[in-house]
Amino acid sequence: MDQLEVDLGGRPVLRDINLRLDRGELVGLLGPNGAGKTTLLRAILALTGIRAGRVLVGGKPSRPGRCEIGYVPQRHEFTWDFPISVEQAVLSGRTGRMGLFRRPGVADWRAVGAALDRVQLTELRRRPVGELSGGQRQRVLVARALALAPRILLLDEPFTGLDMPTQELLGDLFTSLAGAEHAVLMTTHDLVAAVDTCSRLVLLNGRIIADGHPADLQDAALWTTTFGVSDTSPLLKLVKAI
Amino acid sequence: MSITDFLTDLFNPNLAFLPKALAIAVMSSIVCGVVGCYVVLRGMAFIGDAVAHAVFPGIAVAFVLQGSLVLGGAVAGVATALLIAIFSQNRRVKEDSIIGVFLVGAFALGIVIISQAPGYAGSLQQFLFGSITGIPDRDLYVVGGAGLVILGLVLALHKEFVAVCLDREMSRSMGLPVFWLDIVLYVLVTLAVVISLQTIGNILVLALLITPAAAARLLTDRLGVMMLLAPVIGGSAAVVGLYLSWSYDTPVGGTIVLIATAVFLAAWLLAPRHGLLARRWRRRAGQGDGSRPSSLSDPSSRQEASPVTR
Repeated sequence: MDQLEVDLGGRPVLRDINLRLDRGELVGLLGPNGAGKTTLLRAILALTGIRAGRVLVGGKPSRPGRCEIGYVPQRHEFTWDFPISVEQAVLSGRTGRMGLFRRPGVADWRAVGAALDRVQLTELRRRPVGELSGGQRQRVLVARALALAPRILLLDEPFTGLDMPTQELLGDLFTSLAGAEHAVLMTTHDLVAAVDTCSRLVLLNGRIIADGHPADLQDAALWTTTFGVSDTSPLLKLVKAI
Repeated sequence: MSITDFLTDLFNPNLAFLPKALAIAVMSSIVCGVVGCYVVLRGMAFIGDAVAHAVFPGIAVAFVLQGSLVLGGAVAGVATALLIAIFSQNRRVKEDSIIGVFLVGAFALGIVIISQAPGYAGSLQQFLFGSITGIPDRDLYVVGGAGLVILGLVLALHKEFVAVCLDREMSRSMGLPVFWLDIVLYVLVTLAVVISLQTIGNILVLALLITPAAAARLLTDRLGVMMLLAPVIGGSAAVVGLYLSWSYDTPVGGTIVLIATAVFLAAWLLAPRHGLLARRWRRRAGQGDGSRPSSLSDPSSRQEASPVTR
């Protein structure tokens, strides 16, 4: 991302964003509500208009329908009461790639199988999605993104509303995906999980306030600027503790 | 009237309108059942209602000009569907308000137009509540042809419709033309409604779209099964409804809809997994072995902790 600027409804949301994601990285995007985290993801996906700057994926401008990016939206974006099985939900991630009027072929089902394997949902593949737990649902969404065999994985709040063991399991999954030559970018409000799993943290509030290894972000000023909290905020105690 | 009497009447050349009405009722119920699955799953029943009302001005114009009612209705319905799709792109006013505005607006226009035609009261009743007499042969072909086109498009675009229904944002990121798919779906709903107007009538046509699909949803968790069950339920309701209507001289639209409603109620009570009785029975059975958990407190989070699920 190069000098990226995004406006929403006439208001500036993102300014002067320069960010580079490499394979093997697991980057946590932290910031308060309204900081522009989701907007940044949507800009990378070319789902929102860009005022200035550019987003390049593998050297080429991003546009919807390119298979290099796998998107994992927040869990509530998905219609979970739809009568569909896990494997068909994952297959739906390849709809755009199959093209209009085409039926899924061997390659599509193979990709679905590999994605389900990756998130360890193979045994539940015939289960209706409505009967899954929160963590299982999150893994269905990750598998759906992986079914495209993307190079970049964008995760929007994957940990929200999940208990610690589930978060840990997902964190391990994301780490292993980054290890398998994906570039992973995830937004999160969960500091502990972010510091624990990410190889790099980006603090965002309209602009990038800090970008570095979790251990290098000890300065309290960075966190007070990003989140707009006072010097006595429990947030800072949390940062010091980890 | 016994079923044999009904069959005799069906093949009686003096009652030629009866088999035609039956054919149209069954064809339109099947098409509505299939399209209705998307309507029910996307929660767009209100759009179906709007489209059903919106075809009214077109029918009124066709009536005044002595043109084809099916064609007039289709034009008006599609125009309204497009207007709703375009206006609801503006997120300031919610889609249901937009639909509300166009629903009554179109119906009002229809009433004003048809009041210009002399002797409209009788035809008005026919539009609103349906009738089995006076179907021209041409309508039989129009309904059959339109039905095949609708089912063909559903087959061709099924996976796109499912993807958009599951997750609009993701569909956009995959490069699917979400807006155009919405328009196509609206138009399909409109056409399904229009071809059903003749027998069922304007007020009740929504039932053909919603009730069989909703009943099918109660009976299964698989989309493919649901899309087969819904037209079967709709088609059977049309046959049984027409038979009862013919035997007891009741209004045909109302009778068909009552049969479909009865099927829905039966599914609600008796469905194998989601039905009221099945749940009661499971709860009672569960009390013996330490209360089977409800879906809310399902202990699947415990499975979550182990890397291998189940």
